Amino acid sequence: MKIYLKIWRQKNSQSKGGFVDYTLTEVSKDMSFLEMLDMLNIQLVKKGERPVEFDHDCREGICGQCGVMINGIAHGPLKHTTTCQLHMRSFEDGDTIYVEPFKATAFPIVRDLKVNRSSLDHIIASGGYVSVDTGQAPEANSIPVTHEQAEAAFDSAACIGCGACVASCKNSSAALFTSAKISQLAQLPQGNKETPQRVVSMVNQMEEEGFGHCSFTEACQVECPEDISVLNIARMNYEYNRSRLLKK
Amino acid sequence: MIFNKNTLTRKNLMALTGLFLSFFLIIHLAGNLQLLLPAEEAQLQYNSYSRLLGGNIFVKFVAYVLYACIIVHTIDAIYLGIKSKRANGPSYARDRRGRASKWYSRHMMALGIIIFVFLVIHFKDFWYSYKFGEMPLDINGNKDLYTLVVVAFQELWYVILYIVAIIALGYHLLHGVFSAHRTLGLYHPLYTKIVKILGIIFAVVMTFGYILIPVYIYLTQQL
Repeated sequence: MKIYLKIWRQKNSQSKGGFVDYTLTEVSKDMSFLEMLDMLNIQLVKKGERPVEFDHDCREGICGQCGVMINGIAHGPLKHTTTCQLHMRSFEDGDTIYVEPFKATAFPIVRDLKVNRSSLDHIIASGGYVSVDTGQAPEANSIPVTHEQAEAAFDSAACIGCGACVASCKNSSAALFTSAKISQLAQLPQGNKETPQRVVSMVNQMEEEGFGHCSFTEACQVECPEDISVLNIARMNYEYNRSRLLKK
Repeated sequence: MIFNKNTLTRKNLMALTGLFLSFFLIIHLAGNLQLLLPAEEAQLQYNSYSRLLGGNIFVKFVAYVLYACIIVHTIDAIYLGIKSKRANGPSYARDRRGRASKWYSRHMMALGIIIFVFLVIHFKDFWYSYKFGEMPLDINGNKDLYTLVVVAFQELWYVILYIVAIIALGYHLLHGVFSAHRTLGLYHPLYTKIVKILGIIFAVVMTFGYILIPVYIYLTQQL
């Protein structure tokens, strides 16, 4: 396959970026999108040019590290996939592909296609955990959890934190990411106890990081690699309102 | 709650005021359907109904709540719009994110602006004229709002203006009603589905109901 690439190149967060055109020949349709970028980078290194920087890690679709805008869609044309699980067979020979980093004020560009998603970590650090006493692991069956409860919590826990929800949102809202964690912990007896405090501090942190509001366009769920439900956001709102209304 | 800057609180206010305004639409439509009665009957009944509303202290109170809701809903929309612009950063050179959502859910602001401009015209032509303007009286001595409405809808461009604005309102409701419930925290999968269906029915009924009035008057009540 012959592929024409328009890749966003930017030296650092301060400098002005722009598109640079590259042409790749002999691209195999069985390559993953990231392997195609590897192929480009090998050629660039051989020519003595700076390779295109992008985030990646497991390349199995589970770590949440990779993620770029491909032809204006987070993680490319397939729904519910990560960039690493997108293959060149999804494109046609002779296609022009625009590759841009995720753009949001809370995701400053580090270099090229690499963005700083620490803001998501700050949200988790503000309350996305269960406070436990240190010591031996407690007996697993001392707190009963039904299978349905565990499955429902796991559906929310499936979020890999890639940031595609933010990139796909017209308001750059991190509501899906934040609510997935709140919802997961609220559905389990271990996490539920701290929900009122957790939801307020996580929502406030989300606000502080500069993310926008949720207007339920549902675009985030469509582009989410894990198909996390937007109803988690409604649950976050419910828990937040409840916590604020019952505040003593 | 009124002065809290938190976006979630602002969204709650947007949802509450929006739902109140939606509820008002039902009452407003029900009252205005009297315009569709045979001309002479409609004139007397509609004018006396208008006077009844104007004189009732409870209705007056609700009217002030209504004005407040319009103002809060508008101010919050502007505030959240600015916040979202700030959160967005630079735009994408190639942006096809629209494939994942309905166009009207992404353009609530634009639809809202159309509705707001329409409301200014609507208030000026009917509300202001009725409250502060010089109006002829009907045989019962009530201000003749009916004739004012019928005369206004003789103009084709005016009817088209109404149709455009009401279609914008319809799409605004199509997204607004169900998403307001979610904003307020309705997360049960079954009930969210029911509310979504009811929201669609509501939007469709309101759209056709409100379009019916100017179109019917234009077609049947040639003065």
